[in-house]
Amino acid sequence: MSWFIFKRLTSLIPILLGISLITFILLHLIPGDPAVAYLRASHIPPTDETVAALRVELGLNKPLYVQYFEWLGKVLQLDLGMSYVSNNSVWEEIVVHFFPTVQLTFASLIFIVVISLPLGMISAIYKGKFVDQFSRILAFVSVSMPTFWLGFLLIYFLSVKLDLFPVLGRGTLAHLVLPSLTLAFAYIGTYMRLLRASMLGNLNEPFVVYARARGLRQRLIVIRHVLKKSLLPVITGLGMSFGNMLSGAVIVETIFAWPGMGQLFVTSILNQDYPMIQGCVLFMGVIFVVCNLLVDLTYSFLDPRIRWEGEK
Amino acid sequence: MVQNVKRKLMKHKLMMISIMIISFLTVLALFAPFLAPNDPNLIDIVQKLQGPSSQFPLGTDHLGRCILSRLIYGTRTSLGIAFLVMGLMMIISIPLGIYAGFIGGKVDYLFMRMCDILMAFPSFLLSLALVGILGPSLGNLILAMVLVQWVFYARVIRGMVLSVKEQNFVLAAKICGTPRSIIIIKHILPAIISQVVVLIFMDIGGVILAISGLSFLGLGIQPPDAEWGMMINDSKPFFRETPSLMLYPGMMIFIVVIAFNLFGEALRDALDLKKE
Repeated sequence: MSWFIFKRLTSLIPILLGISLITFILLHLIPGDPAVAYLRASHIPPTDETVAALRVELGLNKPLYVQYFEWLGKVLQLDLGMSYVSNNSVWEEIVVHFFPTVQLTFASLIFIVVISLPLGMISAIYKGKFVDQFSRILAFVSVSMPTFWLGFLLIYFLSVKLDLFPVLGRGTLAHLVLPSLTLAFAYIGTYMRLLRASMLGNLNEPFVVYARARGLRQRLIVIRHVLKKSLLPVITGLGMSFGNMLSGAVIVETIFAWPGMGQLFVTSILNQDYPMIQGCVLFMGVIFVVCNLLVDLTYSFLDPRIRWEGEK
Repeated sequence: MVQNVKRKLMKHKLMMISIMIISFLTVLALFAPFLAPNDPNLIDIVQKLQGPSSQFPLGTDHLGRCILSRLIYGTRTSLGIAFLVMGLMMIISIPLGIYAGFIGGKVDYLFMRMCDILMAFPSFLLSLALVGILGPSLGNLILAMVLVQWVFYARVIRGMVLSVKEQNFVLAAKICGTPRSIIIIKHILPAIISQVVVLIFMDIGGVILAISGLSFLGLGIQPPDAEWGMMINDSKPFFRETPSLMLYPGMMIFIVVIAFNLFGEALRDALDLKKE
């Protein structure tokens, strides 16, 4: 196991370097001079002298690769620069906004698990019956629904008309329900169908036949044996979706005025706050990679075959 | 047995419905100027936020523009851009996927490393960042989507090529001394093209959703052009009093995407590609 972890960790290094390179290049795609952009964003008229002085201050006069290594050095010390707009440290702003997004994502994860797993299981057992047809339609609806529209529908019908939930912002547990349901909805269909397909694939495996031959009750077979094995791909998928959801939260957070990473990101894009955009992309990229790593490790922990293959 | 037939028939029905919806929307998009009752961009503040009338069948928005006309013109924008983005991605990823899969070598190695890195980012986020940095405009929206997402398709196509490459008819052609370019055009391409078409139709719905999502955030299509995601964004301050502003465009997106998703799945089943 430790060898596997070590191998997986070392394979991270080139990917992390790649992420840092892309994030660095991003900032150099800005049309025009970054120094001028900086001055504009901080409302200083860009004259020749101020621009030249700033170029030296930001290190823009050095060759590109020197700039990259200096930048990388700073990033490793968690110095992502200062926001052009608020003049706060980008790192600190990200840390403040990260927790609400994690909270939102975890709440969505609960919705996904609670809704899609039972439905997926039942539609596998009653394949072709009403429940199965219903879950098929629900799956199509869930992947075709525009998140922002769903958000508005929920706000309009549940908050404005029925006054069941608060409309915007973050605070009580009730504030969490609509945004996390909106975020979860797109994934519910996917996981329902995934579990169903995975269970159908396992229902006729030899170990099921053996369990039946031993005279075990059907319910016990399904829950103890089939479900347990069928959950593996679902767990992997969920872990990968977790990283995706952290970024999918962009739209949901905008609709519900949820003060998380997504909102920070969109605001910084609309303000052309370049260091903040760069910081957010880098941070999300790293989080995404770490999520995938954790998934891999969990998977190999749950399914020893993967570990053995890695050691061969 | 009966169950099976019923299922197939239902799929058939769904396919017919989705084809009907898609053709209807294509007609809407192609003949928008003739079908729209009013000029979609004509601003008339006096007529703002009105209910349905004979002049404005679905009412007007906050600037007094005809909602029905904007919806019809929006079909043009959404479908046009989605297919343009998909087409551009295919132009890049089909040759590259084939090259990486069939010829392999250093190009393949470089290509796979590039995939690893680009796929290390959530793709919507990277597109968003690119549009943000290049500046919000239609051209940049298309560029950002293509630049970020072509790798996914190139990688899938590479995989298709790899599985075809080892089959006997390709080996036979190789033994006969057929030049590589001919093998690719005569044998590889026809073998993967149906899978590629299925891939396009299964994913076009997602592309439409991403485009309207970016426009919803104000980073895609710029005013005054009508686009459904942007219309929903415009309705934000008014939808509590006039929910129709938000209901109709969302309904359109939903119908288009679900029609393409149904069509894509039906097509996959019809071509029996489920194993891939």
